[in-house]
Amino acid sequence: MTAIANLGRPTRPEVMTTTAEGPKARGLVQSEPLIFELGGWDKTGVDFHEDADVDAGDLAGLTRAAAPRLPGLSEPETLRHYVRLSQLNHAIDLALYPLGSCTMKHNPRLNEKMARLPGFADIHPLQPVSTVQGALALMEELARWLKMLTGMPAVALSPKAGAHGELCGLLTMRAAHEARGDARKTVLAPTSAHGTNPATAALAGYQVVEIAQTDDGRVDLADLAAKLNADVAAVMVTNPNTCGLFERDVIEIARLTHAAGAYFYCDGANFNAIVGRVRPGDLGVDAMHINLHKTFSTPHGGGGPGAGPVVLSDALARFAPTPWLTHGEDGFGLVEHAQGEAAAAFGRLCAFHGQMGMYVRALAYMMSHGSDGLRQVAEDAVLNANYIRARLSGAMSAAYPDGPCMHEALFDDAWLEGTGVTTLDFAKAMIDVGFHPMTMYFPLVVHGAMLIEPTETESRAELDRFCDALLELAAAAKAGDVERFKGAPFHAPLRRLDETQAARKPKLRWVGEN
Amino acid sequence: MRYLPLTDADRSGMLAVIGASSIDDLFVDTPASARLAGPVDLPAHASELAVERALGALAGRNRAAGAGPFFCGAGAYRHHVPASVDHIIQRSEFLTSYTPYQPEIAQGTLQVLFEFQTQVAELLGLPVANASMYDGSTACAEAVMMAARVTRRRKAVLSGGLHPHYASAAHTLAHSAGVETRRLAASVDAEDAVIAAIDAETACVVVQTPNVFGTVSDVSAIAEAAHAAGALLIVVTTEAVSLGLLKSPGEMGADIAVAEGQSIGNGLMFGGPYVGLFACREALTRQMPGRLCGETVDAEGRRGFVLTLSTREQHIRRDKATSNICTNSGLCALAFSIHMSLLGGTGLARLARLNHARALSLRAALAAIPGVEVLTPRIFNEFALRLPGSAAAVVEALARRDILAGVPVSRVDPGAGLDDVLLTCATETTTAEDVAAFAQALAEEIA
Repeated sequence: MTAIANLGRPTRPEVMTTTAEGPKARGLVQSEPLIFELGGWDKTGVDFHEDADVDAGDLAGLTRAAAPRLPGLSEPETLRHYVRLSQLNHAIDLALYPLGSCTMKHNPRLNEKMARLPGFADIHPLQPVSTVQGALALMEELARWLKMLTGMPAVALSPKAGAHGELCGLLTMRAAHEARGDARKTVLAPTSAHGTNPATAALAGYQVVEIAQTDDGRVDLADLAAKLNADVAAVMVTNPNTCGLFERDVIEIARLTHAAGAYFYCDGANFNAIVGRVRPGDLGVDAMHINLHKTFSTPHGGGGPGAGPVVLSDALARFAPTPWLTHGEDGFGLVEHAQGEAAAAFGRLCAFHGQMGMYVRALAYMMSHGSDGLRQVAEDAVLNANYIRARLSGAMSAAYPDGPCMHEALFDDAWLEGTGVTTLDFAKAMIDVGFHPMTMYFPLVVHGAMLIEPTETESRAELDRFCDALLELAAAAKAGDVERFKGAPFHAPLRRLDETQAARKPKLRWVGEN
Repeated sequence: MRYLPLTDADRSGMLAVIGASSIDDLFVDTPASARLAGPVDLPAHASELAVERALGALAGRNRAAGAGPFFCGAGAYRHHVPASVDHIIQRSEFLTSYTPYQPEIAQGTLQVLFEFQTQVAELLGLPVANASMYDGSTACAEAVMMAARVTRRRKAVLSGGLHPHYASAAHTLAHSAGVETRRLAASVDAEDAVIAAIDAETACVVVQTPNVFGTVSDVSAIAEAAHAAGALLIVVTTEAVSLGLLKSPGEMGADIAVAEGQSIGNGLMFGGPYVGLFACREALTRQMPGRLCGETVDAEGRRGFVLTLSTREQHIRRDKATSNICTNSGLCALAFSIHMSLLGGTGLARLARLNHARALSLRAALAAIPGVEVLTPRIFNEFALRLPGSAAAVVEALARRDILAGVPVSRVDPGAGLDDVLLTCATETTTAEDVAAFAQALAEEIA
């Protein structure tokens, strides 16, 4: 328990670096034990207004022998614990966070404030609809914005994240095929697709067949046409795609797909690049999920929660899952079971109505930007990505240098050849100069891929600071300063972690002193 | 455009660096026929004040739970959350970070997940817990799929005490993947009936305690029956606070336990975002869905945490993954973990006892009303009442008197033939005055 001795006043860093218990303390950044090494087993940081006994009549023989063996902390200890831990994290509020495909943009605090209004935060999903008319009106308004921005006639709000939205989209397609007695078994998706696409297709009971890609990073139309047949239920394409490129032939992809009796699913993870400039409904899309935590700025929260509403074409709308939002003379209503007007619904994706807290945030963001601002969002996102690509292209090799990119700039590792530095090394060295690494080794179709997505919420000064840092690193790599990369990061709370050991003998919870 | 830092001068300077003459040059790959000439027909940008006014007006049209007597449960519960929880989760470093794929600069999130997994494992009484699912219902559906993978069987038996929306979500997911679900008839004390439904093709049985009618059950005998048939037992809990008082799912023989974690640290939020808890026996670890955080060391031998066993996951295994889940419920898991750290095991036990006591007071007050029959035999903080007529009508009538009396069974299970049954619940937030107001109003409405 040496770590305990390191708590409290900041001590000389040399003294504190001796611990093997956790991150090295440096200056005011504290080493922090686990709560199980800190807390009291009989302690609680919550004061109760009263105590109560258990009624033996109801729960005899049904209760635990002892309270759960979990430590408690007082409020000041709790604040210290979590604030110290927070300081070990990088965040979008600290610097550009260039994770390609993740859209790490600024999270407006107005959205947080609105989501916490008691009229949204403190209402129950099953209280009478007459008492939540404002909440249903908000959902209707969010739906209106999403439908208008995508040019699609319907939307299913309830999916809880992007992958859940993909499942929603594929299940509407399955239901539509089954409704016409045309059960199909295959889904086509490009090799460059997000892993969620094939995983979702498999979960929905389909075989996945990959579509080849052309040399310019787009769907190979000839390969698509060759693989389309009467057994294909859906074609899943991300647009703009994971190489950061717009699928120029998207309308033809949709036409070929429909001609084969299949539906066209668009992965909307990258909608940020085109919002207000192009509407998926004008491209022949049948279903597309929208990650509210990407395009519409709801915070990523260290991994979630997200929200993945799915816009649907007329052909698919009636198969959307429950609940459905209705609007009649008595105000707004909810159809919560697959009956009546929702009789064709394919089922239900989750217990309640989806991610209300995210709906409020997303709508606050949309209203703040307005239709003019959202168009500017796409333009600035694309401008920033192209600016980074232009500034870095002299030193790093763009994967698809011909023509502009959309919202993200993709580089391969050809420029590192012979340096002894890998994409991973380069990414880790970025940490030492104050930036979160870009997305690495994705998409899979580009060797040593480095996918940089700045988003529209970066200033030119921050983009320049980022590009200057990368250019300096690139020069160091080419100059043979391999040590700077192989051992990186040197200046993070921890050095490189041993992921192999973690997986070989998994230790997934605290088990005590040994 | 307060969220956009670029000025027009920046934009033209940057276009010059790129070598483009206008922004349209960068959208040249979009089909000409689909390019919008100008903004979509929606309102233009709005000031912060204007947005606050508009959304504040919508919020004002909802009856907040805290604004008066409130007794709704059925899968979402109103508890008091300490103020420090919401403060901490709004720290930029937690709120605005991504999934911790770069562990050297994400130890804050990762250590929280490791602590969260340890807390969940202890509460559910099983050795391994993951880093959260979307909510309890999707965790339940994933558990059914996992059981089918583990047993290589394709039938799931769902108890009639399982929340009907959980049953629907599980059925939806399982059906698409060719796994058949059989939901037994809804009844207050439904759990034991599942034993007769288990056969040699059963992959799993799914039971809930406290169940949707509030009934608390010891499911040990079901575990034995399931295991004897080679099936797995999945135990669902929708009210996480009950875990402070009741036998854990693991103690009763669950192979997989899932729970809705909303009750601890998270508000009602009209149904989401919530946080799904998911735990299982150690032997099943590599079949789990979702992210797992594990302990390791860094290059200097210091303890650290990473996401691990990711060869189960979609970004590595693609169509062979154990689930398609990517985004989890990280920030809600953080809220859960902070609240749990404040409570400690003893605090949670006290909170659970207080909930139980409140519910007993409510039951006593309502049971005394002529025409009201309490159906739930063993309660934690929620129970079912049979009323002389339509429960939905009573709920509407009481709502007009500003009392939110609970959830009519017909709302969640219209086909059950239980239109006269009301689900009602009390927590530590329920006052004696609330109970008295409810009892008096109910007596008057059904008199």
